[in-house]
Amino acid sequence: MSAPLLEARGISKRFGGVQALREVSLSIRAGEVYGLIGPNGAGKTSFFNVLTGLYSADQGEVRFDGQPLPLGVPHRIAGLGIARTFQNIRLFGAMSALENVMVGRHIRLHTGVLGAILRTPAARREEADTEARAHALLRYVGIDRLANQQATHLSYGDQRRLEIARALATEPRLLALDEPAAGMNATETAGLRALIEKLRGDGMTVLLIEHDVKLVMGLCDRVAVLDYGEKIAEDVPDVVRRDPRVIAAYLGREAADA
Amino acid sequence: MSADPKLKARLGIALIGVALAVLPFVVGATFGNSWVRIVDFALLYIMLALGLNIVVGFAGLLDLGYIAFYAVGAYLYALLSSPHLATAFPALFAVAPGWPVWAVLPLGALVAGLFGVMLGAPTLKLRGDYLAIVTLGFGEIIRIFLNNLNAPANITNGPQGINNIAAAQIGGHALNRPLELFGVMVPGVHLQYYFFLALTLLVVFVCVRLQDSRLGRAWVAIREDEVAARACGINTRNVKLLAFGLGATFGGVAGGLFAGFQGFVSPESFGLLESVMVLCMVVLGGMGHIPGVILGAVLLALLPEALRWGAVPVQQSLFGKVLIDPESLRLLLFGIALVVVMRWRPAGLWPSALRKRELAAHGEAA
Repeated sequence: MSAPLLEARGISKRFGGVQALREVSLSIRAGEVYGLIGPNGAGKTSFFNVLTGLYSADQGEVRFDGQPLPLGVPHRIAGLGIARTFQNIRLFGAMSALENVMVGRHIRLHTGVLGAILRTPAARREEADTEARAHALLRYVGIDRLANQQATHLSYGDQRRLEIARALATEPRLLALDEPAAGMNATETAGLRALIEKLRGDGMTVLLIEHDVKLVMGLCDRVAVLDYGEKIAEDVPDVVRRDPRVIAAYLGREAADA
Repeated sequence: MSADPKLKARLGIALIGVALAVLPFVVGATFGNSWVRIVDFALLYIMLALGLNIVVGFAGLLDLGYIAFYAVGAYLYALLSSPHLATAFPALFAVAPGWPVWAVLPLGALVAGLFGVMLGAPTLKLRGDYLAIVTLGFGEIIRIFLNNLNAPANITNGPQGINNIAAAQIGGHALNRPLELFGVMVPGVHLQYYFFLALTLLVVFVCVRLQDSRLGRAWVAIREDEVAARACGINTRNVKLLAFGLGATFGGVAGGLFAGFQGFVSPESFGLLESVMVLCMVVLGGMGHIPGVILGAVLLALLPEALRWGAVPVQQSLFGKVLIDPESLRLLLFGIALVVVMRWRPAGLWPSALRKRELAAHGEAA
């Protein structure tokens, strides 16, 4: 069994009177697609936001590839190799699809003010390389023909793909997708599933939050279930599916007892 | 037959170059040299508007106190190129400081840039209206400081301002005096024009280069969605401070030029209305679009002068008397222009189009 790429230990987060996360621990192995599911308000997105640095945790720590993650500092976490997409798509609307992906390269580039003004050979090389890589990533997610379209003019499914391409541009080792299938029709969901499988095939580790239980169960290597901020199960999909606590969380106590 | 686009572009640049080179002579001959002076001011406004454009247009941070950086540059130039310090502090300054312009302008840029960072640092978490209020306060603080720093030590000479500021000297020649070149007398305002034009072109160049870079993209990303920008690995704190600092730098340079040009500075020149004016140039022209911002600056710099020149005779011939004095008319028209533009062209007169990239065209063909 391979060592975990990401290990969260005892993560707690409270918003006023709401305990959003209670001592959540989980570990994600390199190369797997790890699903995080739970009813609405279970704390999935809160956990995500802690992991990617948008929130700091009240307690607990996350180790990524053996190093503690600087929680609350998103740009450093992105630099260490965790990239994310958002539940409600957050693209840079006024930019073209290509430029959105180029922004994703930001942290891997080094051109400063002087380099940019003087357009040094190094800066020029970097710029050309950035553009070429951005095109390659758009091709990878299948929307290179839309490179020069304004991001907001893309269809919903393509915006999702663009967000994934932008996240991939940061060269992540863990790609965190927050409900990527939300609002998608069946065709788009199938396309998304194919894309995630392609990512797994290329060795990417994926953390997937999803409401679409069918998608998660069919796609993920392992699944964790959150309920009221607590992890109630973590195992392969077939075991999690039969777990009475999981059934209770989704369908209510009586259904589990029945 | 279609001409080579590169050749076309070069031809266009050459034409614009010639037009800019002969502009003061044409304007001077047609309208008189006072209009060349107005063109000089338009150039200063272009610099200011482009500086503010970095903060407001690119990074989306609403700054209502931008004129403070203009003031910092202007006062720094004034103190270092006038007898004021020697008069006020004879013990410290035996002779009046007369710093050369090539030293004062970069220093002014640097100090204004530091002030920009000083304003940016405490306001990093603010956006929109809240940021606007704080920056407005900052602008007023600077002006009030300049107004009151004549006691206990007379540093700024208070509301009277500082006069006898030496004009910028280039190659030993003061730019406010005419120069004979190849048998042609070139008036001082023309020399100032070329000096300002050179620096304006430099500012445009810097803006274009920054816009097309990793930093320009990061600014726009912050403007479009700050949370997503952070998740993409952008250190929003540093990138925002850079926007504030660089924007202020241009203001500082323009301020130094203004002081040397006028020979006199006083706090009156740096009021809130001036900040609003520069902001309007950016918004009317087209936020975040360099040619649009330049257009906005030129239009708004020339409008009051055109009114001063035309409003009185037009009213005389229409009504036989002057009903509205040009100054009030200016604000009236200004307000109408703003409302009209915001109603029908909310993105500005010349808004930025989506940038297309050449390489993409190749990719599409393949």
